[in-house]
Amino acid sequence: MTYPADVQRRIYALMVLMKAADDRLSKGIGTGEFMCVYWPSRGQEAVAAAMGVSLRDDDQLVTTYRGLHDLIGKGVPLEEIYGEMMGRVVGASRGKGGTMHIAKPDKGVMLSTGIVGAGAPVGVGLAMAAKRKGLDRVTVVSFGDGATNTGSFHEAANMAALWDLPVVFVCQNNQYAEMTPTTDTMKLERVADRAAGYGMPGVRVDGNDPLAVATALDEALSRARRGEGPSFIECVTFRFRGHYFGDRMPYIPKEQLEAAMAADPVPRFRRLLIDDGVCTDEELSRIDEGALTKVEMALKTVMAADAPSIDELDRDVYATPISYPV
Amino acid sequence: MDEKEMTMREALNFALDAALAADERVFLLGEDIADPGASGPTAGLSTKYGHDRVLDTPISEAAILGAAVGAAIDGLRPVAEIMIMDFIGIAADQLINNAAKLRFMTAGRTTAPLTVRTQVYGGLATGATHSQSLEAWFMHIPGMKVIVPSTPRDGKGLLTSAIFDEDPCLFVETIRLQGQKGMVPTDPGFSIPLGQADLKRRGSDVTIISYGRSVLDSLAAAKALEEEGVSAEVVDLRTLVPLDVETMVESVRRTRRAVVAHDAVQFAGPGAEIVATLQSECFSELAAPIERVAARFVPTPAAAALEAQLYPSPARIVAAAQRTLQEARVRG
Repeated sequence: MTYPADVQRRIYALMVLMKAADDRLSKGIGTGEFMCVYWPSRGQEAVAAAMGVSLRDDDQLVTTYRGLHDLIGKGVPLEEIYGEMMGRVVGASRGKGGTMHIAKPDKGVMLSTGIVGAGAPVGVGLAMAAKRKGLDRVTVVSFGDGATNTGSFHEAANMAALWDLPVVFVCQNNQYAEMTPTTDTMKLERVADRAAGYGMPGVRVDGNDPLAVATALDEALSRARRGEGPSFIECVTFRFRGHYFGDRMPYIPKEQLEAAMAADPVPRFRRLLIDDGVCTDEELSRIDEGALTKVEMALKTVMAADAPSIDELDRDVYATPISYPV
Repeated sequence: MDEKEMTMREALNFALDAALAADERVFLLGEDIADPGASGPTAGLSTKYGHDRVLDTPISEAAILGAAVGAAIDGLRPVAEIMIMDFIGIAADQLINNAAKLRFMTAGRTTAPLTVRTQVYGGLATGATHSQSLEAWFMHIPGMKVIVPSTPRDGKGLLTSAIFDEDPCLFVETIRLQGQKGMVPTDPGFSIPLGQADLKRRGSDVTIISYGRSVLDSLAAAKALEEEGVSAEVVDLRTLVPLDVETMVESVRRTRRAVVAHDAVQFAGPGAEIVATLQSECFSELAAPIERVAARFVPTPAAAALEAQLYPSPARIVAAAQRTLQEARVRG
């Protein structure tokens, strides 16, 4: 499918913002400027940017601890993400949830989960709710290759197909489940082949090509909106910074990492936009600079913000606080 | 208030029926809960409300509870069933890491006001994987509420409260209580607030604190003690979280002696928390060490002759109450 220039420009703007946000965390932690835990998404921007333009605001997203890019794509303000990562009051949960647990329901971000595979069943429930309410909203569950090995995922995929639920399963196959290559965790070469076992369509796309991802997504979203049930999209991509920030990646062959970085989706899409005459180099440079500025401004806001007050410990445990003698 | 005699099974069915009738957001999901396969408290409800509100699911416990979490986040009031409590381990992640923690982790942006009904099968010779009382696991998780009714009236009132509570509730039923009869208010809206213990019997010499099935044993024990001239008070906790500390402390301050009885394993069981709370709140009033009567720390045996040794019985509770009254153990 061909996408209008403004959509392609929006995809690029999201990709560079995702990249800049990840780069800045890497630089800040690396130099000791600040400290936080995070699971980098650098390298996987094309998938998240495609979701960013293909999903409606009311479409829902369930993502994972490696969710920085997904959250930006769905419109979560960077201040809320950074603030949460760094434990400040401006964070999405005032610092109580942390990097792995960011939600923004008014943007459709319903759950970020730190437990691999746990998001898929929740996506099923969100889709059940849409169906019960008669809404044509779709729930996208985003996860990695590793999640497809969990029982939770299998149960959820089976249920979603059984009940024709409006779900799109987006597998960001970054070729490693934590520190173990996909070749050591599943017999299948193509994760998408699992879909047939649940009775749903499964496609494999180049996860470094945002237009290929968007095309597959749009088809799956339409199918879901028509009430025809879930789809599975495998987006083949790569993770440049390992499982967690600071991961030295001894388990990744040097040549594989070099080849993956040479195929970096961000400069690749930039070149494509220029080659296709969609944007000029100057236009894109302005977008690049804009992303860097946005990131610096968000960081500045977060660094100036307070840590949460101690009272937060007693808030939000129950709807009405329960206190016991201590 | 009009009342009618019902079995526990009928009272729970009444609570589910009333909730489905009162609120479109309520729906049920679980294994074999729809007609014609349903035989427990959900029997008849899919016929009355349709299979889209009373959903039979695949045998997929993790997805049942995960789907309940998702639906609850989106504003529905799912009532999920885990057929037998021992199966909850398969699905526990969704309760422990999602349902219980969402409110805190998202600072209130998302919550999961779901109810999980499950059933303890102990006492039916079904062996170690179909018998356990695992409520202590969930008492340990901040954000969860844990409810264990002992009478049809409480079953109705507490289940109604659980379904409409803003927090995730684990509602523990007991197969051996499902046929027990009792009077239940016929008002469909009848509810009992969570966190209020029920003083089942007044007494002055010793307090027997219990919940669930062993409340029946406690009442029988109190009757037997009465014949021996011992006046026993019986407190049915009804909910373990929130725990009605006030009622049990008030009682034990009066009687100065306590026995805690439950069907769950004694070691690190709910009684451990109850006793620890009582000793710190009532230390100066206690006349004797608090006794516990609970299941032995062994996997549940299948043979009836062995299983009968496991749980509290009126005789074991009587013996424990008598120990608290022995002169030799009384503080000076």
